[in-house]
Order: sequence, then structure tokens, then C-alpha cells
Amino acid sequence: MAPLLEVQDLRIHFPTDDGLVKSVDGVTFSVERGSTLGIVGESGSGKSVTSLGIMGLHQGTSARITGEIKLDGEELVGADPDRVRELRGGKMAMIFQDPLSALHPYFKIGDQITEAYRIHQPGATKKQARQRAIDLLGRVGISRPSVQVDSYPHQFSGGMRQRVMIAMALSNDPELLIADEPTTALDVTVQAQILDLIRDLQSEFGSAVIIITHDLGVVAELADDILVMYAGRVAEYGTALDIFGQPSHPYTWGLLASMPRIDRARTTRLVPIPGTPPSLIQVPSGCPFHPRCRYASQTGGRSQSEVPPLREVTPGHLSACHLTAAQRTEFWAELSAGKVREDTREPA
Amino acid sequence: MISFIIRRLIAAVFLLIIVSMVVFGIFFILPRWGGQTTYGLATEYVGRNPTRSAVLQMIDQLGLNKPLYLQYWAYLKAIVVGGHYGTGVNSAYCPPPCFGYSFKNQQPVWPAMVSDIPVTLSLAIGAAIIWLIAGIGIGVVSALKRGSIFDRFSMTIALAGVSLPIFFTGLIALELFSYKWPIFPNVQFVPFTENPALWARNLVLPWVTLAFLYAALYARLTRAGMLETMGEDYIRTARAKGLPERTVIFKHGLRAALTPIITIFGMDLGLLLGGALLTEYTFSLHGLGLFTIEAVQNQDFPEIMGVVMLAAFFVVIANLVVDIVYAVADPRVRY
Repeated sequence: MAPLLEVQDLRIHFPTDDGLVKSVDGVTFSVERGSTLGIVGESGSGKSVTSLGIMGLHQGTSARITGEIKLDGEELVGADPDRVRELRGGKMAMIFQDPLSALHPYFKIGDQITEAYRIHQPGATKKQARQRAIDLLGRVGISRPSVQVDSYPHQFSGGMRQRVMIAMALSNDPELLIADEPTTALDVTVQAQILDLIRDLQSEFGSAVIIITHDLGVVAELADDILVMYAGRVAEYGTALDIFGQPSHPYTWGLLASMPRIDRARTTRLVPIPGTPPSLIQVPSGCPFHPRCRYASQTGGRSQSEVPPLREVTPGHLSACHLTAAQRTEFWAELSAGKVREDTREPA
Repeated sequence: MISFIIRRLIAAVFLLIIVSMVVFGIFFILPRWGGQTTYGLATEYVGRNPTRSAVLQMIDQLGLNKPLYLQYWAYLKAIVVGGHYGTGVNSAYCPPPCFGYSFKNQQPVWPAMVSDIPVTLSLAIGAAIIWLIAGIGIGVVSALKRGSIFDRFSMTIALAGVSLPIFFTGLIALELFSYKWPIFPNVQFVPFTENPALWARNLVLPWVTLAFLYAALYARLTRAGMLETMGEDYIRTARAKGLPERTVIFKHGLRAALTPIITIFGMDLGLLLGGALLTEYTFSLHGLGLFTIEAVQNQDFPEIMGVVMLAAFFVVIANLVVDIVYAVADPRVRY
């Protein structure tokens, strides 16, 4: 059976006065039914733009989208906007980063949920939709849902609002649920609750989930597959086991080494990734990560001149790096043992 | 909600009392600070050719020898129960609500003022309807078609609209449509109850002139509000639900964009109801604006005091209505 979502060589470019912003530049991945894909990357790596592209939410902006996005075999790139609108909120739904601003301040939360339900279920009566909203609010853990359904968003805490967003997204039993940094704006204790909720609901509703985050801890908890993005491109793509067990891209190493881990000695230093994400108008030549990569000098200059193709490390595990397999094994072993290689980059 | 309205109502009454104190202070306390004597002050209220006995009578009448709070009390009392003014043959009764007695015109202020209200009311409300429809409509279209020819054109016109004074646009309108091409000849106020068709026809030019100024302002405000709102996260949420763009714009977008305009509209309308001075003057419509201008020219203090209180009343009421409407429109305001 074909995957639920297939994205092939997706490119999303925005022409601006300063030049062409290549927010997403040739991204390929797929999501199986009922499975979870984590998309990881820093700010500006193209994660959110990719997800908005899948949802067709670049409609009406200056975005130029090429490539393929197939939902259940149906091509969405260049499809009739009305058709994409029907799928949006129905077959595919989305939760956003900031639940404080994602709900309309002037409408009752129940009305906001029923609105999402009724637009896709034209046969449903007001009463049925309201009952559906109450059921969903109960499912996502809102207490006294039959009362709270008439509350306004400002009467809810951030965590509760995110629950409402999830209830809204699930109102039409979507086959694909995209969660764009669903926990970033929340307290740490609430973050865990929301992640648990997403996982529980996923098994209950059987939806495929794409979870977008810059927090590897989040994907470690939820994801079956992980896509690491950098500067609008795929850096590494594989199963969670591949990415956490045998990471094969210096950028992934950077993400991992900069994350505190309970299974490592407390004396192990956290290693930040030097520098800042590149401009998406003037992406660095060759490997876009090379100006920040500690190992760029180990590739005989190819990092600066050649864009590394996405190559299989092991079947199903892809990485876009010029380093040889042996080098990668060696460097990762060093790094995970807590040894930080001296910065061997040539001075800029 | 009911208690919210009641509290606002009480606050509005208090506000009016404070306004009355300020008005009273301006006319009865400030002149004394400026060196005016009690006799001189009373002279201003006596009318033309004041005799000494009339002035002394007036001092007694207004209680200018008494403590200030008693004077203020007499002023308030007259509003509620009325009062007698003048002496002998000139004696006149001013029935409540008595906002003073114009000695220059030999009549109580209130009836003269009230007879001018329909003119201002017709002018302000008619213009308000036009400017709301035109301003908001143009603002929304401009925001949605940002950068288009329509947007640029209408925003240029709007800039002209907010910049050109009424005595310019009004005179041009009169010259063109009343004299050169007499589509609306002989502009004068005809009461609605007398002849609705003529009432409307004669008010078209003042309405459009006044509305042009405000429509321009509202178009710019609506455009800015709409641009801001359409970039909000909840608009993205509305789109993500799969709502048609129509619903996204008019239900989710416009609702939020228009709420701040309620406040401005209330203030504008309240101020206009106290007299649209320039428009009334330009088109010779005898409303509260012209009433005010004439009162000032004649230095008719009781009339000025009366019209200031009436204007303040309109502004306070408009604010009260705005607060209530706002609470209905924005649930976050209720408490």
C-alpha cells in the first residue's frame, strides 16, 4: 500500500525585493498511515513552510511551489484551490505553535470547533455539531466539556487552548495531522501532557502525524521517522533508531550534542553549533552547512564547492554529507564520548 | 452584563456632573481669577443696556454674592426645576430643563437649542451611514487587493479626503451641483416629518461633503486594521479548518478589524451631534453648530453654557453606547 503522504522534490520559493528566498529547496519524504514523522531543524530551516505547503496555506501569497505532494495518491501541488480547501481541515488538519493567538478571541471555543466540523459535514445539524464539540473537548481532557464549550479562549490557559486546537483539528477524523511546534509556547510540565495527548489520540484515531519541532526530545518521544532539515534541504532522513543510534550528518551531531541527556555523565559538556542559520536568499555554496561544520575541512574542499547528494547510509537511512562512512563513524564515536574536535575550519 | 451597563450608566452620570462643574467653573470662577468683579460678571447676564438695578437684581438672582457651592446648586436646580429670570415687565419663567435664559435673545436657552437638534441629527446620522458604508467597503477591498490600482487610487483619494477642509469641498460641491448643474438647488433644511423626499434631497450635498472627510479616514483605518488582522494566527487557523475565503474574510477577519473602529465611530458621532460647525456653516443649515457660532459671536454666555453641556451630553452618551457595544463585540472586555 502506498504511503499516506508522499512529498517529492518539494520546492517553495518566495520572490522578494532582496532576492529569491528558497525556503524549501528539494525536499523528499513520505509518511505511512498511522505513523509519526518528526521534522527537526533550527528556525528558518523550512520546517513550517513545508507543513504550510502541504496544507495549501501558501495560497494567495507570492509562494512558488514546485514538486509533488501526494495525499493518498492525490496530487496537491497545482490542484484546484477549492479541492485543497475541502481536504484542509477534513482529511488533513493542523495544530499551530502558539495556541494563545491561534484561536479567534471573539468566538466561543465550541463555535470554533463546530465551525470546523460543519464545513466538512454539511449534513450535520447544529445540535450534532455541538455534541461532537463537547465529545471532542472531553476526549482532549477538558473538564466539564458541556460547560466549557461556551467559554471564550481568553478564559483558558495556554495548555487548555492547545487542547482545544487539537480537538478542532481532530473534529473530522483527519488521516494526517500536522503539529507545528505544538509545545514550544507551553510550560514544560504542560508540554509532556500535550505530547502524551497527541500520542494517545494518534493511536485512538489512527491518524498519521507530522510533528515539527526544534526539540529532539520531542521527536525522541513520538516519532517513528525523523527528517532533519537544514537551510530548506534535507540533511538527514531515517528512522528514529537510525537518527539517534547512528547519526550520519554533522548537523544532526550538532543537534544531539547540544541537547542535555540523562544517560551521559554530568561532566560532559554540551556542545553548541557555532554560527547562525544561513540566509535563504544566498545559501552558502556547496554543502549549506559547511560554514558551521567542524568537519568541513575533512572533505578535501568538496564541502565548499559541491552540493552533497542525499545518499543511503543504510537502506532507508539517507544523509547529505561528503564525509566517508568511516569518517562519520569515527567522528560520531569521538563526539559521543564527549571529545570535541578542535575547530578545524579555515578562518572565514 | 446588566451590572456592567448599570455601572457604566452611573459613571456616565458622574461624568456629566463633573462636566457641569467644569463648565460652571469656566463661566463663574475663571472670570473672577481674571479680575472680573461680581458686578461686572452679572452685567454679562443682564442683556443690552444694563441698568444698575437690573445688574444688582441679577447678582441676587444668580446668587453671585453667595458661596460658590450655592451658586452651583442654583445652576443645577434650574436644570431640574426651572427658574425665574428678569424683573418686572421683563420677568420670564424658564421651564425645566432650564439651561439658563438668554437675556440677549429674551428667551430660555433650551427650546431654542432643541429646535436646532433635528438639523444636526439629520446631518450627522445621514453622513455617518454614508461614511461607514463607503469607508469600510473601500478599506476592506483596498486591504484585500493591496498594492493594486484600486488600492493606490482609493488611498490617494482618501489622503485628499482627510486633507481637504469641509469649507473647501463643501463650496466646490455647492458650486458644481447647486449652481452650475442645479441637481440639488436651494439647499436648506426641510424637516423630515414635513417632506421626507425633500429632506433627503436637500441633505445630499452636506451628507456627502461631511461623509467624504470621514469616509477617507475610515477607509484608511479599515485598511490598516484589515491588513493587520489578516496576518493574525487565528486567520491562518480559520483557513486551516478549510473555511471558504469569504467566511475567513468577513466572519473572522472583518469582525476583528472593525472592533477598534466602534470606539472611533462613537467618538466621531458624539462630537458631530454637538454640532457639525463647518458643514452647517458652509451649507447654512441651522443646527447646533450654527447655534454655537452665533452664541459665541453674540457673547451669549447662557447659550454657550447650554450648548457645551448638550455637546458633552452627546459625547458621554456616545461613549456609553460604545462601551456597551464593545463589550458585546469583544468578549474579553466583559467582566
